[in-house]
Amino acid sequence: MSAATARRRGVLALPWIWLGLFVLAPFLIVLAISLSSAGYGSPPIDFFVGWQHGHPTFNINLDSFTLLASDSLYIRGFFNSIAIAGATTLLCLLVGYPMAYVMARAPARLQPLLVMLVILPFWTSSLIRVYAWIGILKENGLLNGLLLHLGLIGQPLVVLNTPIAVQIGMVYAYLPFLVLPLYATLQKLDWTLLEAAADLGAKPWAAFFCVTLPLSWPGTLAGALLVFVPASGEYLIPELLGSSSLPMISTVLWTEFFGNRDWPMASLIAVMLLLVLAIPLLFLRGGNAPDSMSGAGRV
Amino acid sequence: MAPLIRLEGLTKRFGDTIAAEDVTLDIVEGELFGLLGASGSGKTTLLRLLGGFEVPTTGRVLIDGVDVTMTPPYERPTNMVFQSYALFPHMTVAANVAFGLKQARLPKQQADARVEEALELVQLTGLGDRKPSQLSGGQRQRVALARALVLRPKVLLLDEPLSALDKKLREQTQFELMRLQRQLGITFVMVTHDQDEAMAMCSRIAVMDRGRVIEMGTPRAIYERPQSRFVADFIGGANIIDAEPAGPGRVGLPGLGIECVMTDALPTKGWVALRPERIALSHAPVAGGPWPAGLIEAVAFHGDFQMYRVRLDSGVELRVATSNVPGDPGPGERAFLSWAADAPVALTR
Repeated sequence: MSAATARRRGVLALPWIWLGLFVLAPFLIVLAISLSSAGYGSPPIDFFVGWQHGHPTFNINLDSFTLLASDSLYIRGFFNSIAIAGATTLLCLLVGYPMAYVMARAPARLQPLLVMLVILPFWTSSLIRVYAWIGILKENGLLNGLLLHLGLIGQPLVVLNTPIAVQIGMVYAYLPFLVLPLYATLQKLDWTLLEAAADLGAKPWAAFFCVTLPLSWPGTLAGALLVFVPASGEYLIPELLGSSSLPMISTVLWTEFFGNRDWPMASLIAVMLLLVLAIPLLFLRGGNAPDSMSGAGRV
Repeated sequence: MAPLIRLEGLTKRFGDTIAAEDVTLDIVEGELFGLLGASGSGKTTLLRLLGGFEVPTTGRVLIDGVDVTMTPPYERPTNMVFQSYALFPHMTVAANVAFGLKQARLPKQQADARVEEALELVQLTGLGDRKPSQLSGGQRQRVALARALVLRPKVLLLDEPLSALDKKLREQTQFELMRLQRQLGITFVMVTHDQDEAMAMCSRIAVMDRGRVIEMGTPRAIYERPQSRFVADFIGGANIIDAEPAGPGRVGLPGLGIECVMTDALPTKGWVALRPERIALSHAPVAGGPWPAGLIEAVAFHGDFQMYRVRLDSGVELRVATSNVPGDPGPGERAFLSWAADAPVALTR
């Protein structure tokens, strides 16, 4: 093996080393903790592999598994998280697709400005942005003030600390993650294809469904995943805008970890969340076989 | 016969630039009509106005007697072969060809038969399951053709149909397009910047410059009897010489200091065009003069002919294309030029 080949293999190995150190190893630790029992030491666990009298001992604790399967709190938490994340993804698609489309079709000199406007909110801490929503949604907040002033409502609406507030906050926070990859895909779309579709008799909507939508699929998928995956583990927004109106899996996990100091349970929840998200993703990738053009908008 | 296509005073402005200016022309059914011009001459804009991709600033577009000026592309009886072909990359060849039939809601069985027929027409039978990315450039172009022709349009619009092909394939495709046009009897309107291509293929040509149609006619008429300096120079290249009337059958060429016979009539002061290949070059003075003479400045060998640049004694430079000059004169040698009475063509603008 020449030095150049060795160096190239070394470079290629880097991402694998990175993934091994910072993804696989932590995951295995979390998995190991989930199989151990809660203890009173620091950290508060009795590891499932031990060493006594010159022999290794195994003390696998599956209590967390049975509890997880039997207590509806956890199931509800998972369900709420997935439902909110799913709704967030759908709403982001409904709002974000037209946004990305308009951005991609805007005059070329305007486009950097529009991208800038989408990115701009990131320059403020997300905590502050979520707090700002409290100011808008609370009983004597901006929204109620405006609606009362316009005479559209007689009584202030109760929005804050309801699932609706969580939903609004989530869509607001995750919209850019959908818009940006979708914009990148749509921007590369050859608009002559739409002229060709029109020339062949397709009305604007038919052209959109037959040409634009399928060709923007990679970007749509990338954007939807970038919203769905982190949204299902979101902790801050449900906690601040929803109070405890909607138990999410992330809040349950927090309580187990910090409140109950039940590390095995918290770890198990983390492992389950990963599985719940990862397994459908594997199917999605398998169904979306790579072909010549699907790489265009991968992010 | 009523024209199939009529453009009336068509003008298209993009902001301050005028892409087409006051274009009026008729195209008869069954023609292979060429829009010829350099880039930026407005030929593509004119084609896009025909296809419905642009709305004119003023003027009207009539197809088969119907005013379609405001009709969107999806309701026009025209189909286009785009310069980039614009094949749908996510669809197979067959799905590309079937696209228009599907939009027209043709029953699947009929559509399949029509697709098969169209693929056969362009000799792509058996390639229906391929994706456009798996085809060669020439095959892609034929898919684009099949996709447009399968709808049996009244007019087929072709935007630089041969520009993306290599030289050999281009010539083959030229004949292919002409065959299809004759076989189907569909009116073709073709945009090209290549005068050879236009001359070889088209029944009539409109030569465009800066948004205007400068001249229109059969290739032969445009080539042999141009009316304007622009067309005389653009098509095939010509020596453009200042000229003035000098009595019946004669023309004065003050720049050359001579008068000569000319069949074509020059009504007022103007110019004549002299094709390089219509000028004879010899070593010795020619009878029947006075004829111009000068020094050969350069010779370029082109295989089937040589192009001479001759600096006349009067200072004017003429290009002469000829083959088999006895003695094979080279640069620095003296040359005597002459031409037949029907060689100079009178130009008035």
